[in-house]
Amino acid sequence: METEKIKETIHMISDENLDVRTITMGISLLDCIDSDSTVACEKIYQKITTKAKHLVEVGRQIEVEYGIPIINKRISVTPIAIIAAASSDKDYFKYAKTLDKAAKNLGVNFIGGFSALVQKGYQTGDLKLIRSLPRVLAETDLVCASVNIGSTRSGINMDAVAEMGKIIKQASERSFMTNTKMVVFCNAVEDNPFMAGAFHGVGERDTVINVGVSGPGVVKHALEEVKGEPIDVVAETIKKTAFKVTRMGQLVGTIAAERLGVPFGIVDLSLAPTPAVGDSVAQILEEIGLEQVGTHGTTAALALLNDAVKKGGIMACSQVGGLSGAFIPVSEDAGMIAGVNSGSLNIEKLEAMTAVCSVGLDMIAVPGKTPAETIAAMIADEAAIGMINNKTTAVRVLPIQGKDVGDTVEFGGLLGHAPVMAVNAASSAAMIQRGGLIPAPIHSFKN
Amino acid sequence: MKAILTTIGKDQVGIIAGVSHFLAEKKINISDVSQTIMNGYFTMMMMVEIQEEQTEFTTLTRQLDELGKQLGVEIKIRREEIYDAMHQL
Repeated sequence: METEKIKETIHMISDENLDVRTITMGISLLDCIDSDSTVACEKIYQKITTKAKHLVEVGRQIEVEYGIPIINKRISVTPIAIIAAASSDKDYFKYAKTLDKAAKNLGVNFIGGFSALVQKGYQTGDLKLIRSLPRVLAETDLVCASVNIGSTRSGINMDAVAEMGKIIKQASERSFMTNTKMVVFCNAVEDNPFMAGAFHGVGERDTVINVGVSGPGVVKHALEEVKGEPIDVVAETIKKTAFKVTRMGQLVGTIAAERLGVPFGIVDLSLAPTPAVGDSVAQILEEIGLEQVGTHGTTAALALLNDAVKKGGIMACSQVGGLSGAFIPVSEDAGMIAGVNSGSLNIEKLEAMTAVCSVGLDMIAVPGKTPAETIAAMIADEAAIGMINNKTTAVRVLPIQGKDVGDTVEFGGLLGHAPVMAVNAASSAAMIQRGGLIPAPIHSFKN
Repeated sequence: MKAILTTIGKDQVGIIAGVSHFLAEKKINISDVSQTIMNGYFTMMMMVEIQEEQTEFTTLTRQLDELGKQLGVEIKIRREEIYDAMHQL
């Protein structure tokens, strides 16, 4: 019995908030396509509730037997714009309601995949799905949506960017919570277990279990032991810690997959903060040596963190996937909120940080009066960073009606609270109104 | 199945007796034990072997929780694989 190792594991779980953030079952709905939407929805409901029947139960069993918290049990499905395209429905609200009902019946936390992939243009179902979004997000509880508007291989669909600016604005007028359940991507990945951006890619197996592990607190604690050491020691420490955390994800995923009789997909090791004290990515950056997140050096520290996390994770499990890296959602991270409140962290700096972390502008509250074109332009900027750097970028900005810079908005639970941040007041409207496609970059032509 | 049972809390009379009595009652075999005082806290780790058909893990966890409250310590049980997985390839 190796008591030191046992102590270390227990310490990580009890005191440093190490957890399995999510077990996500990916389910293909390609075999549910039907030109009659009622038949399709019935097939969808049956398939999801059959395949994921034991998901929550197995998650709980593992939690008890291994003493590791599993925060979320989720489902991701094939992008609904593809599944619903065969029907002649004018909007896809019915499909969203079906997903919501299935998720509630199963007791899962979220269901993702009310999605469209429009990086190069719209197929029949895409625009219908996009235009259903404000209502879907407002009138369902557990459905998460995503739209991929760009990729390194195909460029950026600026028509879709403009459309998404309008959609986000319309959704915000229905409720301030709607946009927390939607992500706009560039280079979306097909096996992401994290919400709101999870969907089950068409190249995936019929059913698969993906696991997302987290643990910013564990990394911060490990770094407290190497104060003042050279930066390569910092990288090495993060790598080793990431390895241990990912090993646990691999174990949990393997067991879950075995018990559910479903193949195991990937482990996504993403340092995902929660509003809980000591569960912050910003505080890791501060532990590296920044007085406050957002100051000069933040981008370099984040680049190091993101890379070291990946390197540690890759060795630790059979297949790494998803987004793997560090998330920087503002509202969900106590350190980020403090950075914004002190004036050290602003949207411009966050944008720079997204060039080196695993996602993008995430959970950022902006004034309700922000024009749709400005939101679209923020999406375009993020997509450009993703497209040029061959990485995933995401935008989850939240215009808050009736609130302005200096106000705070409370989302509750894991979503935390966010200070409303200032956006650049100069207009981007004329550029957004052009529409069209930003061509794929020269380095995408690798064949 | 092998599991690791950890008991952490303020040192006092009867902790080892309480825990091992409980395990004996449940016919759970203790195959290894290590005990120290760390920073004034009593810390005990036991490797135990549980006959899966005899004991339901959820019930066992709940009973150990209650026992911990009676003894004024925190008792946790986890299957052994989690410790192996994290530190070994």
